[in-house]
Amino acid sequence: MSPVAAVVRRELRSYFVTPVAYVFLVIFLVLAGILTFYAGDFYQRGQADLQPFFVMHPWLYLVLVPAVSMRMWAEEAKGGTLELLLSLPLTLAQAMLGKFFAAWLFIGLALLLTFPIWITVNYLGSPDNGVILASYVGSWLMAGAFLAIGACLSAVTQSQVVAFVLTVVVCFLLILVGQPQVLEFFQGALPRRLVNAVAHLSMLRHFEAISRGVLDLRDLVYFLLSMASWLTAGVLVLDLKRTP
Amino acid sequence: MIETEQLTRRYGNLTAVDALTIRAEPGQVLGLLGPNGAGKTTAMRMIAGFLEPSSGTARVCGHDVRKEPLQAKRALGYLPEGAPSYGELTVREFLTFIIRIRGLRHDAGYRRFEEVVARLQLESVLDQCIDTLSKGLRRRVGLAQAILHNPPVLMLDEPTDGLDPNQKHTVRQLIDAMARERTILISTHLLEEVHALCNRVVIIANGRLLADATPAELEARSRYHGAVSFSAPGSGVSQEMLGRLPQVASIEVDPLDGRITVFPRAGERILEPVETLLRQQGLEVSEIQLERGRLDEVFRNITTSAEGRA
Repeated sequence: MSPVAAVVRRELRSYFVTPVAYVFLVIFLVLAGILTFYAGDFYQRGQADLQPFFVMHPWLYLVLVPAVSMRMWAEEAKGGTLELLLSLPLTLAQAMLGKFFAAWLFIGLALLLTFPIWITVNYLGSPDNGVILASYVGSWLMAGAFLAIGACLSAVTQSQVVAFVLTVVVCFLLILVGQPQVLEFFQGALPRRLVNAVAHLSMLRHFEAISRGVLDLRDLVYFLLSMASWLTAGVLVLDLKRTP
Repeated sequence: MIETEQLTRRYGNLTAVDALTIRAEPGQVLGLLGPNGAGKTTAMRMIAGFLEPSSGTARVCGHDVRKEPLQAKRALGYLPEGAPSYGELTVREFLTFIIRIRGLRHDAGYRRFEEVVARLQLESVLDQCIDTLSKGLRRRVGLAQAILHNPPVLMLDEPTDGLDPNQKHTVRQLIDAMARERTILISTHLLEEVHALCNRVVIIANGRLLADATPAELEARSRYHGAVSFSAPGSGVSQEMLGRLPQVASIEVDPLDGRITVFPRAGERILEPVETLLRQQGLEVSEIQLERGRLDEVFRNITTSAEGRA
């Protein structure tokens, strides 16, 4: 078995023998339900789609994803197992990928477990299931980008609390950066092209584009590139910590 | 085989390991000895590939840890200080993870697993969480992890630290049994361990190499090497008589238990003359001993004189 797969299995095992996994899954599902039905006016809208469900995901991830990613490296550094892991024959990149994939698969599982809401909307009407599928894909990609940020920032510190707070702040900025209010603020100070570039960094913008049911290559590239860059940064942080 | 070459690690202004060059051969148990903070752990971490050296390098079985880190790590079994492991896993899950990550094939890995578990007597706790195990058992799990892939080189950072005497004995027996054909590097600050385990000793303090010798050679540096000590309760042994022997340099009496130690002049052997004298005087001697030398004294001399210089 490749070292990456070994790390993935170990990580997933650790999620499920500790309460982490169950607490996360329950809170994610309960919050997703509450936000959709109460805050999102799922019934009153009278439309057979899952838009009120998906629109809440960035905000759900903002709190819940850092809670998953914070332990990734901080816990290993604190508990001394980092020394064990790094003396095993695998590269830093393999270790990082293994941890990231485990967390990403886990969030994927949480997303899959929201299937009753999909059944509900199909029972009540005839939604466009293509759009729903695209939204699920987009949501999972966004979760991956948040996780990659969390993985990098968890490598920075031994403290899980610090890792959590840093990740929330960075993710919050990346959600907000495309909002009109923020862009207006930049409009005076920056040339238009740069403002446009800033707007393109927004998670929300790319997620919303995918949720409309269009799997545009540019949005895919945005998320995959985000993940790759943050994970690479995380590997660099880990490497920096072991060099004098 | 483990070799280090001018291995150095600096943290800012502090030099934790300073141009350390050591070498451990197959069949050898090399003890890395030094006071706390001497740089033992830092040196081991660099050999294990956890830390990058500031300069110099180390080789494990000929693989340079900087140029071929994966090959070096494959040849090495490493027990980090305090035997860290994933406490939420069971012993079985943890060892399975190690088998997978080391890429052992399923059947070979399984055979090795059975062997190692039997050797370290972990059968009864295989399905217990590591967090719930005693310190001694956790150390054994750490050792199991280190030897699962049957490595030619084994490196153990304070393997018996914090264990009770019985657990220490068990761990030492295990190391002893594994010593043949392997290269073993252990770090310790316990001098008893040197006698029990090592056939060569490297003493470091402040990151610098201070001595590289066999335990016997180190003992020979002791003031006590070749001295004769005995207890003669209830009899006034004449120190004067002993002092008149031509081979004797000095005599000391322990103020607590009255034990008498007779020191020889350089190169002299004094057991026989002392025994003869005692017999001639008709003195009752409960027990008489030829001292090999005291490692703790040698250790103290070597490491404190280095501190004075630093």
